[in-house]
Amino acid sequence: MAEKLNIDQIRADFPVLHQQVNKAPLVYFDNAATTQKPKAVMDALIAYYEQDNANIHRGIHTLAERATSAYELTRKKLAAFLHAPSTDQIIFTSGTTAGINLVAQTFGRANVGKGDQIIVSNLEHHSNIVPWQLIAEEKGAEIKVIPVSDEGVLDIEALKGLLNPKVKLVAVNHVSNAIGTINPIAEIISLAHAVGAKVLIDGAQSVAHLAVDVQALDLDFFVFSAHKLFGPTGVGVLYGKRELLEAMPPYQGGGEMIKEVSFSGTTYNELPYKFEAGTPNIADVIAFGAALDYVQAIPSEALAAQEEALLAYATEKLQSIPGLKIVGTAPQKIAVISFVVDGVHPQDIGVLLDKFGIAIRTGHHCAQPLMQRYDLVGTCRASFSFYNTFEEIDRFVTCLEKTLQMLQ
Amino acid sequence: MGQAINDIQEELIEEFGLFEDWADKYEYLIDLGKKLAPMSDAYKTEENVIKGCQSRVWLHAEKQGDLVVFQADSEAIIVKGMISMLIRVLSNHTPAEILAADLYFIDQIGMSQHLAQTRSNGLVSMVKQMQHYALAFS
Repeated sequence: MAEKLNIDQIRADFPVLHQQVNKAPLVYFDNAATTQKPKAVMDALIAYYEQDNANIHRGIHTLAERATSAYELTRKKLAAFLHAPSTDQIIFTSGTTAGINLVAQTFGRANVGKGDQIIVSNLEHHSNIVPWQLIAEEKGAEIKVIPVSDEGVLDIEALKGLLNPKVKLVAVNHVSNAIGTINPIAEIISLAHAVGAKVLIDGAQSVAHLAVDVQALDLDFFVFSAHKLFGPTGVGVLYGKRELLEAMPPYQGGGEMIKEVSFSGTTYNELPYKFEAGTPNIADVIAFGAALDYVQAIPSEALAAQEEALLAYATEKLQSIPGLKIVGTAPQKIAVISFVVDGVHPQDIGVLLDKFGIAIRTGHHCAQPLMQRYDLVGTCRASFSFYNTFEEIDRFVTCLEKTLQMLQ
Repeated sequence: MGQAINDIQEELIEEFGLFEDWADKYEYLIDLGKKLAPMSDAYKTEENVIKGCQSRVWLHAEKQGDLVVFQADSEAIIVKGMISMLIRVLSNHTPAEILAADLYFIDQIGMSQHLAQTRSNGLVSMVKQMQHYALAFS
């Protein structure tokens, strides 16, 4: 039996959770959109700006030295978090979307040619579709799609049929943002590698819930955002294999990413700086380090057990509501429940739940191809984190029932 | 001549003034949505659609004599309730009256959040579109 979390103590670390919204206690079930931040993250931001603020890497004064060390410390923590072989392979971006675009515009531009193929899945967020469409259009390549079952499971047999030597890249998410399916990325990676294709895994929805070992998985590229892992917005991470990152042309030009500049030619900096042009988001990267410390201090089995219990409890309760259908019933899911109710538009449910102080997400979740697959205009999505409680689920279900009474 | 635009707004403010708690207010709004005169399917065209991020709104306008007459619909019932009020306030008025209208009732009845959700519903675009029609008919 795993150690149980002290939820009250954990909730005390998240100031935002303790407030009234529309005269009711806030229930925050929109964790897949962004997680809340522990106080340690805000403290780190304030401490940085109050004590250490300086531009990094080139300054020789004390503040520059402190800021640089703190910034690079987050990179070290991330290398450990992902089990990366070196810190040089951790590149800071502004978010998942920026990481995917970076790979599309560098690896994609250098390696995808006319008649080549890029495989995505029917479960993808628009940010793991559109960057590939742009490069495919530019290069005359084709996009192929791994189909998804009615339950929300990727069809791996179909992927086997799609794979061939023309496939240069397979880009799939680790976890679906819209319906919570955990995809079998180890299997996808080994199948793709067997035909010589590289793989990009969008980890935006997985990093807060699942451990990732980039070496054990033999990952080529892994991208995610700090703000979905209890850190600040505006920071993202791209991990890449060294030989791939070294072979990739630079993305954005500017300061920091160069070795020497002259009008007869410029040489580029080493990894990871080659891909970090300009002054980076220093303060938020440093504060992200505090988020990583916070979440890693919680025993991961206890964290997973809490989320699994929340998912099971909410699923059971929601299933008892007449006319409610859960969208996405894959056997392997994180704590996300997407649902629709007969004859009721998701937006109406979201508007009324907000009046009860309950924050969920409604709409297409930036996954329109998936909504088209299920012939839906959108869904309601409740997404949980370890700081959520069973009492909150009870109140959510009671208020949902009242909401439906008002609407039906 | 029908009622002046501001008289209708005052009427709505009075109607909503009867409710003390938000749930009664929203039940009334939902009821208004359900009672909205159905829009002819012939007008539910791609041309008439106003796209919101989450729900679609259809708007049709025509001139009857000196007056602009609107018909509208939405997939979401709360948006439909808002539409019903906008039609009640603006339809059957002259282009000049519509263009001069200041829709203060929305704020007064505590529904301005629905016009602030610019990306999620088509209401802001709908009000703009109603004014564009008025301009085109003037």
